[in-house]
Amino acid sequence: MKIELTSPIPGKIMKVLVGVGDVVNEDDEVMKIESMKMENPVYAPAAGTITAIGVRENDEVEVDDLLLVIEEGG
Amino acid sequence: MLEAFANGFSGLLAGFLHLQLSNVVMIIVGCVLLYLGIKKDFEPLLLVPIGFGCILVNIPLANLMEPHGFLRTIYDAGIMTELFPLLIFVGIGAMTDFSPVLENPVTFLLGAAGQCGIFLTLGLALALGFTELDAVAIGVIGACDGPTAIYVTAKYAPHLLGAVSVAAYSYMSLVPVIQPPIMRALTTEKERMVVMRATRKSVSKTTRILFPLVITILGGLIAPMGLPLLGTIMLGNLMRECGAVERLTKASANEIANVVTLLLGISIGATMDGKIFLQTQTLIILALGFIAICLDTACGVLLGKVLYVTSKGKINPLIGAAGISAFPMSARVVMKEGQKYNKKNYLLMHAMGANAAGQIGSVIAAAVMLSVLKGMGII
Repeated sequence: MKIELTSPIPGKIMKVLVGVGDVVNEDDEVMKIESMKMENPVYAPAAGTITAIGVRENDEVEVDDLLLVIEEGG
Repeated sequence: MLEAFANGFSGLLAGFLHLQLSNVVMIIVGCVLLYLGIKKDFEPLLLVPIGFGCILVNIPLANLMEPHGFLRTIYDAGIMTELFPLLIFVGIGAMTDFSPVLENPVTFLLGAAGQCGIFLTLGLALALGFTELDAVAIGVIGACDGPTAIYVTAKYAPHLLGAVSVAAYSYMSLVPVIQPPIMRALTTEKERMVVMRATRKSVSKTTRILFPLVITILGGLIAPMGLPLLGTIMLGNLMRECGAVERLTKASANEIANVVTLLLGISIGATMDGKIFLQTQTLIILALGFIAICLDTACGVLLGKVLYVTSKGKINPLIGAAGISAFPMSARVVMKEGQKYNKKNYLLMHAMGANAAGQIGSVIAAAVMLSVLKGMGII
């Protein structure tokens, strides 16, 4: 099942820590978003394989913008 | 000839001979403030000039705080006239985005609850025998807002300025240490895990322009004594939100705020003369200030719990802790605490709402207090 991770807060993508094809566990840190001059970690919503990444470093994001897609169980 | 040399030498030694124990202690205090600012990154923009000012004023015979001394001149020009804190407020207004409050108006209540410490500490200081005006200045440490504390103290209890501002600024930087234990003690794990999603509601430009105007006029009519504080912060905010005076907004938020911070810091440091500062009274003020900030946090979290119940579990009580005006530190503390218990929880924007409300709340609380005291004929 595909699970979409959307941005929980508005801000700027500081770091993308994973790439397409990477296998992640639930609650692994996948990105860092800078918001209000604070570095906020973003964690994987489920375990699986990353199939798509919707943002690049330095992109500005709004709440609910697509960050990445995980194929669960992959 | 030899005698002339000896006299010349004694001239060079005079400073050492006049050095009193209290000066030595205060020079060490100044060095500790510098250490905290430089090495520990505790509010360095303030602690570095304050610490250095403290060292300068405790070097005997230089008379920097006597009439015509340069520190006295800066102090008289900016602190006694209350101009420095007000200019800083224009900058704070220009830097602060109040839209998280407007998106979630319930956070206004949390910003008000975060001010309870001011009034509770005021009562405590009166009970300990401080005069009414001194107690007001001590209570206002609970605003957790440097410029507000300096404004009120400079106006009504200038002899306490050093102690009050050191307490206000050092506790502000200790917010990440002081708040979490109180937040944990007052909430259950289930409450801390409540997820609050950030909303995408946008606030219209008209609303953001009207907000500072309405707050200034209404707030000013209710508590005219506080209008200098409220008016300056809202002027800065209006300039920011209207977008028509970008140069003034930038100057207020950067150049003016920086210059004034330097002058403010050094003149606050200059009030820390050993003879005046080293009294048991100072220690009591530091202790009361600490209590004030703990009480603010507790009141905010307790109101957060009430909102948790009334919202049927939708509001995370932790955001109440951000109802103080230490901006944006306490919002960050809330974000971190929340994520500790639930990695998918991002309380930041809600906490920012409470925090920005706390910023206005502390100014309004100080304004109301002054207007009440005026009404009672005390000031």
